[in-house]
Amino acid sequence: MPITYTSGEQIEVYRFSIPVTVGVPLLALFLQAFLPRRIFSIFDLPLLVTIFFGMARRNPISGLFTGAAIGLAQDMLGPYPIGIYGIAKTVVGYLASSLGAKLDVENAGARLLITVAFYLVHQAVFFTVARGMVNLTLNWSWSHGILSGLANGIVGMVLYFVLDKFKQRT
Amino acid sequence: MESVLGRYRNLTILVGVLFLQVLGLAVQVKRSVDAEHTRLIRIWAVDAITPLERILVWTQNSTNNVWHNYFFLRGVRAENRQLKEQIQQMRLEQVRLNEDAAQARRLQSLLAFKEQVVMKTVPAQVIGSSGSDLSRSIYIDKGSNQGIAPDMPVITSGGIVGKVLRTYPSTSLVLMINDQSSGVGVLLEKSRLQGVLRGTPEGELVLERVMSDEQVTPGETVLSSGGDQIFPKGFPVGTVMKVSPGKELFLNIKVHPAADLSRLEEVLVLTEKQEREVVAESGGKVRAADILAQRLPSVPDKPATVPGAPVAATGKLAGTAAAGSIPSAKPGLNGGTKPAAVAGTGTKSAERPALRLAPASTTAESPVVKSSDSDASNGRVPSDGTNRATSSTTKTPEKPAAVPSNPSTPQSGPQPAAENNPN
Repeated sequence: MPITYTSGEQIEVYRFSIPVTVGVPLLALFLQAFLPRRIFSIFDLPLLVTIFFGMARRNPISGLFTGAAIGLAQDMLGPYPIGIYGIAKTVVGYLASSLGAKLDVENAGARLLITVAFYLVHQAVFFTVARGMVNLTLNWSWSHGILSGLANGIVGMVLYFVLDKFKQRT
Repeated sequence: MESVLGRYRNLTILVGVLFLQVLGLAVQVKRSVDAEHTRLIRIWAVDAITPLERILVWTQNSTNNVWHNYFFLRGVRAENRQLKEQIQQMRLEQVRLNEDAAQARRLQSLLAFKEQVVMKTVPAQVIGSSGSDLSRSIYIDKGSNQGIAPDMPVITSGGIVGKVLRTYPSTSLVLMINDQSSGVGVLLEKSRLQGVLRGTPEGELVLERVMSDEQVTPGETVLSSGGDQIFPKGFPVGTVMKVSPGKELFLNIKVHPAADLSRLEEVLVLTEKQEREVVAESGGKVRAADILAQRLPSVPDKPATVPGAPVAATGKLAGTAAAGSIPSAKPGLNGGTKPAAVAGTGTKSAERPALRLAPASTTAESPVVKSSDSDASNGRVPSDGTNRATSSTTKTPEKPAAVPSNPSTPQSGPQPAAENNPN
């Protein structure tokens, strides 16, 4: 199904059970920390989960809080000050749910494009905060950023397909 | 006002949440200027996730052990034989290296150099990573309870891995050297050029601050310089992979890490290192001039003629050090005594046109440097200058020291001291 601009009433809003709401982000964080770094380091599973929940729930407030929670949890496991990922994922969660409220995104190709776009937004916010506020000496690499975005988009398509099974209609 | 907030409710909440996080960040940045302590919230998060990781790592390792110890033993016999041969070769190499190291220590002691000695290490297992593409950090299963503290170096047998960034009771966060915020003081092994090693967004290593007019060749080994006050000097860091002109006046040098940073399983944390003055093997004082004089080619002197003692002919000089004391010549070049080097192996002496003295057995009366057999085998001279045969006629040893041409074929009894220099 292509991306279609619809009214709010035409778009179905989904909800998830509590185990899925809590368990999936935790599992994503755990896998992100545990999976071998050589291959999986370019994937950002918590980001993909944030985008998925944001787009499925289509509620900006819920999306931004989901993003904030997942981002802050990711910050706690990382070496940088707490809040960098939190801010980036809050913005992505808000944008994903706002977009989900306007567009019906069920098509795999559309999901790929949106994931790549949100990945780049996430990185842009992350780098802005990291360099502007925390003064971390991080360098941006366009090739790495775009390749990682594409890789995350492809993994996202598969992940969204799996997570679609847990959707519950309101 | 209320209508505006109601209309832009979502946006207001977004701004509020972002503001709170920015505020939290600002507080952390301000505090980190003084001293950053591990926050309780981090401890909770790590404590929540690491037990699961430990269980999974344990399961993984157990499975691997069963496989490797029972099902994967084909070819072990051949490998064992190969390794034994390798050990033999390495032993020979070790003899040479020991000698070089001993000499380096003697020279360093002369200059009152300080050396860092690794006193204690704690082995640790890698149980996870930070879970982010932009940071290169790992979690290990040892923490403050095991004596780990921030800024301790982490290494493997291959080379350095990183430093401890944060500690928790039973785990620690290690910042790897390929993280973008990491910086390691390094030097190139051959050219001795110093620089700073940094990580890139792709997780590669780049050597910075090397001027573009310097000659750096791919394949050159990169060692830690000790300048960062974290990693002891001389640890392998990597090898130069690619050299290209960089920004401004500096070269862009890509370095391949010595340790496989993406497949780390076990690491060592250097928990205790000590800085001490280098101590030579002997207690006697040695002058640099003496050591250098021994290393330099010397004018061949007439062999010492000792009444009653057989004089060695040219070629290999057989014999061991005379049992008993050797009259110690006055160290140095004073008194007209030339620091004479005496025999090593025949081949060595041919390479180094100098007379060498055998490592004679030392006694309390003679303040000579204890020298290993390898001294003789390598044709090196004990460094105190006292244990030299004076092939010139200024000194005539009462009991001429003899030199083993080959440590494995000792001969008893006093032997002539000197060997004619082929040159």
